[in-house]
Amino acid sequence: MTVTDDAAVSSGATRSNDPLVELVDVQKWYGDLHVLQDINLTVQRGEVVVVIGPSGSGKSTLCRTINRLETIDKGLIQVDGAPLPQEGKALAAHRADVGMVFQSFNLFAHKTILENVTLGPIKVRKKSKAEAEALAKELLDRVGVGHQAAKYPAQLSGGQQQRVAIARALAMEPKVMLFDEPTSALDPEMIKEVLDVMVDLAERGMTMIVVTHEMGFARTAANRVVFMADGRMVETADPETFFTNPESDRAKDFLGKILKH
Amino acid sequence: MTPLNAVLDNLDQFFKAFGYTLFLFLVCAVASMALGALLVAMRVGPIGVLRKVAAVYVSLVRNTPLVLIFIFFHFAAPIIGINFKWVQIYVGSFDFTSAFATAFIALSLYTSCFVCEALRSGVNAVSIGQAEAARAIGLPFSGVMTQVVLPQALRASVPPLASALIAMLKNTSVAGIFFLAEATATMRGLSNDFSSQRLGIFLCFAIGYIVLVEIVSMISLSFERRWRIA
Repeated sequence: MTVTDDAAVSSGATRSNDPLVELVDVQKWYGDLHVLQDINLTVQRGEVVVVIGPSGSGKSTLCRTINRLETIDKGLIQVDGAPLPQEGKALAAHRADVGMVFQSFNLFAHKTILENVTLGPIKVRKKSKAEAEALAKELLDRVGVGHQAAKYPAQLSGGQQQRVAIARALAMEPKVMLFDEPTSALDPEMIKEVLDVMVDLAERGMTMIVVTHEMGFARTAANRVVFMADGRMVETADPETFFTNPESDRAKDFLGKILKH
Repeated sequence: MTPLNAVLDNLDQFFKAFGYTLFLFLVCAVASMALGALLVAMRVGPIGVLRKVAAVYVSLVRNTPLVLIFIFFHFAAPIIGINFKWVQIYVGSFDFTSAFATAFIALSLYTSCFVCEALRSGVNAVSIGQAEAARAIGLPFSGVMTQVVLPQALRASVPPLASALIAMLKNTSVAGIFFLAEATATMRGLSNDFSSQRLGIFLCFAIGYIVLVEIVSMISLSFERRWRIA
C-alpha cells in the first residue's frame, strides 16, 4: 500500500470526469414510505462525498444500496461502469470491491483481530495466509492497532474496533469505501482517532462516501456535501458553501439545530 | 448372593450393552449434527424452495414419535425396497448389522430436526450485522454461513444442542425394542433371567445411563467455558 505518492495527484487533479459510483433516478419504498426519491448522484474517482441529514432522511439506506445490502425498486446504480449484479457470485465479487464500515463495527466476534482482517483476502481474494497476514499487519499498524492483533473484538474499545473494521475493509483493496455513520456509536474521546484514520484515507486518494454527523470531518476532508431530507437529495455543495451559506430552508433549519451548541 | 450378582457375574454383557449404546450415540451424534447443520443452512438460506423443504422435513419428522420412525424403517420401508440387510460389519465381539444400521438411520433423521432447531436458535442469536459484514467483504452465502454465522451460532447453541444430544442418548434405548442388544434390551434380558434381582439390575443400568449423560453434560460445559470470550 504505497499510495502516498500518487495520492497527491489523484486527490487534487483528476476529479473532473471519471465517475466511479453513479446513482440514476433511484427510488425505494418501504411499503408506502418513499425512503429514496429521485436520487441522482455521481461520485468521481478520488472524491470524498459526505452525506448528512436528519434521522430517517434515507442517508444510511442510500449508503447501503451501493453494495446492495438494500435493494432498490427503480433506477440504476453503477460502480466503475458496471450495473450492480442482482444476486450470487457476481454480487459477492462486486461487494468485494466496495468497502463498508458500519455504525456498530460488526467485527466477527469469534475471530481474532488479525483473522478479521485476513478472512476476506484469504477466502475471497484467494491470497496465501502469509501474504494476507503481512497485508493485515501493515494495515493494522497503519490504523494504530497492530499490537492488538491477537485479541478478540470484545477486548477492544469501540474506537479500536472501528479502526479494525476500516482495516478489514481496506484489506480487500476496494475501489470505494462506504462509511455508514462510523462514529455514531462511539464515546466522544474515541471519535477523533477514527476520524484521523478517515482523513488520512481521504488524503491518500481513496474514493469515499461517508454518512456522518461529524461536521468537522465534512469541512476537513469532503469535496462535496450532500444534504438529504425525507428521502430526497435536497442540496449538494462544497463544504464551505454548504456550512456558511446553505440554500434550502430545510438545510438552514438542520444546521441551525446542530450547530447552535 | 448380593442383589448385584446378576450384573457383576455378567459384567462383559453389561459393558458390551453400553458399548452398543455409546457407539450408536456417537455415530448418530456426528450424522445428526451434519444433517442438522445442512437443514439449518437450508432454512435460513436465500433459496425459497430449500427453505420450504427443510421446514416441512423438520415439522414432519419432529412431530412423529420416534417409535413410529423405527417401525417405518423396520417394517414399512422394506416393502418399498429400503432395507439394511446388506450392512454386515463385525468388529471384535460387536456385530453391526441391519438392527444397528436401522437404528442409526432412524435416530439420526429424528435427532437432526432437533439439532436444526437448536442451531436455528443460535443463528437467531447472531446479530444481522455479522452476516452483513461478511457479505460486505464479498463472501458468498456459503462463506457467510461457514465462516461467520454457523461458528457463532454453534457457540450460542451449545446448551440446547447438548439437550438434544442427551435426549438422543436416552432415545438409543428405543433401538432395544428393535432387535439391538444395547443397554435397555440387555437390562430386560437380565431381569427376566434373574427376576429376584430386578432392583439391583435396574439401578446398575440407570447409573450407566447417568454416567454417560454426565459425560456429555461435562463436555458441553467445557465448550461453553472455552467459547465464553467470543
